[in-house]
Amino acid sequence: MKKTWLVVLGLSIVAVVIAACASEPPKPTEAPYPTKQITYMIPFDPGGQSDREARRQQPFLEKSLSQKIVIDYKVGGGGAVGWAELVRAKPDGYYIAGVNLPHIILQPLQQDTGYKTEQIVPVVFFQRTPLGLAVPANSPYKSLKEFIDAAKAKPESITVGGSGTFSGHHIATLRLQKIAGVKFNYVPFTGAAPQMTAVLGGHVNAVIANSDDLVKYKDQLRLLAMADADRFPLLPEMPTFKEQGVDMIEAIDRGVGVPVGTPDYVVKKLETAFLEIAKNPDIVADMKKQGFVPLAMGAAESKTHVEKMLATYKELVKDIK
Amino acid sequence: MLAQGFASALSPINLLFALIGCIAGTLVGVLPGLGPTAAIAMLLPLTTMLPPAPAIIMMAAIYYGAMYGGSTTAILVNIPGEASSVPTAIDGYQLNQQGRGGPTLGISAITSFVAGTIGVVGLTFFAPLLSQVALAFGPPEYFALAFLGLSLIISLSGRALVKGILAAAFGLLTAMIGLDPLTGVARLTFGQPLLMAGIEFVPIIMGLFAISEVLLNVESSVRGILSDQKIEWLPSWQDLKETWAAMLRSGFLGFFMGLIPGCSPAVTSFMAYDMEKRFSKHPEKFGKGAMDAVAAVEGANNATASGGFVPLFSFGIPSGPALAVLLGGFMMYGLQPGPRLMTEQPQLLWTIIASMYIGNVMLLILNLPLVGVWARMALIPFPILGPLIVAFTFIGAYSLRFQMLDIWIVLLFGVIGYLMRKFGFPVAPMVLAAVLAKMLETALMQSLVISQGSALIFFTRPISVVFMIVALFFIARGVWLQIRTPAANIALESDV
Repeated sequence: MKKTWLVVLGLSIVAVVIAACASEPPKPTEAPYPTKQITYMIPFDPGGQSDREARRQQPFLEKSLSQKIVIDYKVGGGGAVGWAELVRAKPDGYYIAGVNLPHIILQPLQQDTGYKTEQIVPVVFFQRTPLGLAVPANSPYKSLKEFIDAAKAKPESITVGGSGTFSGHHIATLRLQKIAGVKFNYVPFTGAAPQMTAVLGGHVNAVIANSDDLVKYKDQLRLLAMADADRFPLLPEMPTFKEQGVDMIEAIDRGVGVPVGTPDYVVKKLETAFLEIAKNPDIVADMKKQGFVPLAMGAAESKTHVEKMLATYKELVKDIK
Repeated sequence: MLAQGFASALSPINLLFALIGCIAGTLVGVLPGLGPTAAIAMLLPLTTMLPPAPAIIMMAAIYYGAMYGGSTTAILVNIPGEASSVPTAIDGYQLNQQGRGGPTLGISAITSFVAGTIGVVGLTFFAPLLSQVALAFGPPEYFALAFLGLSLIISLSGRALVKGILAAAFGLLTAMIGLDPLTGVARLTFGQPLLMAGIEFVPIIMGLFAISEVLLNVESSVRGILSDQKIEWLPSWQDLKETWAAMLRSGFLGFFMGLIPGCSPAVTSFMAYDMEKRFSKHPEKFGKGAMDAVAAVEGANNATASGGFVPLFSFGIPSGPALAVLLGGFMMYGLQPGPRLMTEQPQLLWTIIASMYIGNVMLLILNLPLVGVWARMALIPFPILGPLIVAFTFIGAYSLRFQMLDIWIVLLFGVIGYLMRKFGFPVAPMVLAAVLAKMLETALMQSLVISQGSALIFFTRPISVVFMIVALFFIARGVWLQIRTPAANIALESDV
C-alpha cells in the first residue's frame, strides 16, 4: 500500500515538472484582471477639469472593463497629496489616478513632496491644454513683438500673471524669458479664477493661461501667442509663438497613471480601455468644442514623453533654484 | 425675462428639485462638519440624469440653504458648523442660555430670508452694473480688505487686547500649516504628507468651541444649558423691532462684499458683527447675548452667498469652493457661465434666479416650524447632551476627509480652547485671523511682487487706500481707548 502511494506521488511530481516545462517560457501567473471595482482617484477638486474628464470616461470604462469604477478625491498641495497616496497604493491596477504634466515632474524637482516622478507609471495621456499669452483688450501691446520689445526696454517691469510657482505657467514664462532674452516680473496666483480676474481687471499686464480659459474670455482679451505647434482650432485668429519667431511649445497634459511595479498586462488592459475612449469620435468632438486638444498617447509613448520633459525641465529649473 | 423665469421655475419638476435642494441644504447646514461644498460635489453625478435647470436649481439651493441651517448648532450648543457661524455662536449661545433660544433661532431664520431676498433682488436688477466690482479688486485691494478685517481683532478682544493679538497670531500660524499657497513650499508639515494639505477650519472651530464648552461644563458640573426651565418659542414683536435695521444693514453689506470673489461669508459675518456693534444703541450687550448681533451675522452670511452669484454669472468666476463645484456642474452640461451664457441661454439663467426667490420662501417655511423642535434640545440634561455633542463633533470632523487626523485636531484644539478660555484668551480673534490668513498672505506677496517691494502700492490706489485708512483709524482708536479708559469701563466682550 505504502509503495503504491509513493509511486503515485513520484509520478505526479514528474507530471507537474513536465507540465511546467511544457509551458515555456515560465511566466508569472496572470491573475484575471479586473475582478473587482477600480478606484479612480482625482487629486484635484470635484467639478474641476480632471474630475470632469474622469466622469466622462467612467461609463465607458465600466463597460469595457466590466467592473465598477469609483471616483475618489485626494485633494491638496496642487495634486501632491494625491500622488503621494498613489505611489503608496498596492500596484495591482485597482487604484489608478489622474496625473498631470508638468506637475508630476516639477513638484518633486522643487522639494520632497512624498513621491518621485519615476514612481508613477503613466498609462495614457488623453488631453492637452496648450498655454497661451494674452493681455487685456485695451492693452498698449498689439503683438508679441511689441510686448517683448517693451520688456527689453524696461526689464522686470512688465507683470505676467500665472497659476503658482514651479508650475507650468511659471516654467512657460521662464522659457519665454530665456528664448527672447528678456526679464518679466512673474506674479503667481492661486488658480485659474483669481489669475483671470487679475488680468481682466488690469492688475497684471499679461497672463500665461490655459487654452480653455483663453477661449472663455477671448472677448475681453487680446491673444498674443499660443504655445503650440499649430494654431488652435477654436482661436484661429491667434498666432502661435513659432510663427512669430519664438520656438516654444508649452502645455498641461492630463492622463492617468498607476504606481510603479504594476504588472505589464494590467497596464496594457487599462491602456486599451483608455485609448478606446480617447479615440471615440464623440468625445474627441466634445473636447475640441470646450477648448482642449484630444490626445491618445499610449503607455510606451507616454513614458518617453515624461522622460524627455524631465530632462528638459531639470535643465530649466537649475536656473531658478 | 424674470416673469418667464418664474413661469419655468414654477414648473413641477423645477419646484420639486428646488425643494429637495432646500431640504438638503438645511440638513447640511445643521449637521456640523458636512458643508455645502461636499454636498454639491456628491450630487454632481446626478447631472448625467437630469436636464440642466432642475439640477443647477437644486445645487444652488443647497448652497444658500446651508446658510440658513448653519446657525442652528452654533446657537443651541455652541458648535459653529463653519467659520461663518462663529460670530453667531458668540451671542446666540448666550441667548440660548438665557432661555431665548427659540426667538433667536426664529430671528435667525427671518433674517436669513430678508437678507437672502435682498441678495437675490440685487442679483436680479443690478448684476450687470455691479459685475465690475469683481474686477476692481486686485491684489493690493485684497490685502487692504484683509488688513481691515484683521483690525477688527481690537474690538473682538475687548479688554484683553494683548491676549487677543496673541490669539490672532496663533490663528495665523495655524493657517500657515501646509503648502505655501503661492510657492508650493511645505511649511510646518514635519515631513507628514497628510499635513501638506493643511488643516481644515471646521475641526479647529469645533474643537475650540464645542469641545472646550463641554470640558468647562463638566468641570463646573452643569446640569443643563438653561438656568431655569422657562423657554420662549418664537420671536416677539419687540425682537423684530430691535433687529429689523440690523437685518437690512447687514443684508446690504453682505451682498456688496459677496460681489468680491474670494470674500467668503466667514469674512463678511465678522465684519457685519463689528459694524452692528458700532451702530447699535447697546454695544455693551454685544458678546453677552444681543439679538441684533445674531441678526447682523446671519444677514451678512446669507446675502454674501447670494452676492457670490454675480461674479459667477457675469464672468464665470467662483467666489469660493462651493461655487467652484457649482461651476463644475454648469460645465458638465457644456455651459460656461459668463457674458455669453447671458445672451445665449437667458431662459436658463432667469429660471435659476427666479428659483432663488422661491427657494428663500421655502427655506423660511421649512425653518420656522423647526425652531420649536430645535429649541427643545436646550432642555436635554447635560449628562446626556454633552456626550452627544462630542459624538456629533467627531462624526462631523471625520466626514470632512475620512481621516482620523481630523478627530485628533478636534481634540487638540478642544484642549487649546479650554486653556485659552481658562486663561482669558479670547477665541474669536484666533478664528478671524485663521479665516483671513490665506487672503492676507497671498495678496501681500502678490502686491509686493507687482510693486517690486514697495509698500506704497497700498496707499496709491483709491479702494485700497480707503480700506487702509479705515483700518488704521480702528487700530488707533482701539489702542487709544485701551490707554485712556480704566480697564473696567471698556465695553468688554465676554470671554468667548
